[in-house]
Amino acid sequence: MKLDIHYFASVRERLGVEGQQLELAGSASVAELIALLTRAEPKFSVMIEATPSILVAVNQTVVGRSYILADDDEVAFFPPMTGG
Amino acid sequence: MISVQEQDFDIGHEYESLRVRAGDPGAIVTFSGLVREIYDTSESASAVVSGLFLEHYPGMTERCLEDIAEQALQRWPLLATRIIHRVGELGPKEQIVFVGTASANRHAAFESAMFIMDYLKSHAPFWKKQKSEDGSRWISSRASDAAAIKKWDLDN
Repeated sequence: MKLDIHYFASVRERLGVEGQQLELAGSASVAELIALLTRAEPKFSVMIEATPSILVAVNQTVVGRSYILADDDEVAFFPPMTGG
Repeated sequence: MISVQEQDFDIGHEYESLRVRAGDPGAIVTFSGLVREIYDTSESASAVVSGLFLEHYPGMTERCLEDIAEQALQRWPLLATRIIHRVGELGPKEQIVFVGTASANRHAAFESAMFIMDYLKSHAPFWKKQKSEDGSRWISSRASDAAAIKKWDLDN
């Protein structure tokens, strides 16, 4: 399963990248993806620690942690919004 | 009608075009949000703001604004709506956001304009980074903004 991952605002700055392509064997939920990235990348682990209220959008809609990802999904991580 | 743009907007022009598009409105409400020069923070008494950077999620932002305009149209008998949100680098006292609603009566126009702004604050993917003499920092979301949207009983 291929994922197109994007990072925004403080999350992007903490990671130092705008996004990444990820290839996963088998299916995964959002929670499993977060766990995997936390284990694999020290910077991601530090970022998650600093952003407890992080939001996740899949294909540009905010989803919960139990959402099951599909091939070619666009996944975005960002802090709570502060527009207006 | 929605716009996400770097350039400034002219309220007089937006009001006139809303008035024409609405046909025969009895009420038009317009709201504009500005960059405050003196910003109260929870950490310190206040900070003098030298600028604001507004980041957004291209694609999702437009979808969210279209969705909120649509939800407002379903809840109130509106004749026209207009949402403009600026992104990029903004200076103190500049305009950030414009919301205009037109209806046959004032209650629908007032309430829907407030609904759109409450939604924008905590549901549209914009993030503000504030520059001051102490450096720059991302603005934290406010509990009061999250509470404001709850009263409208959104589906998501």
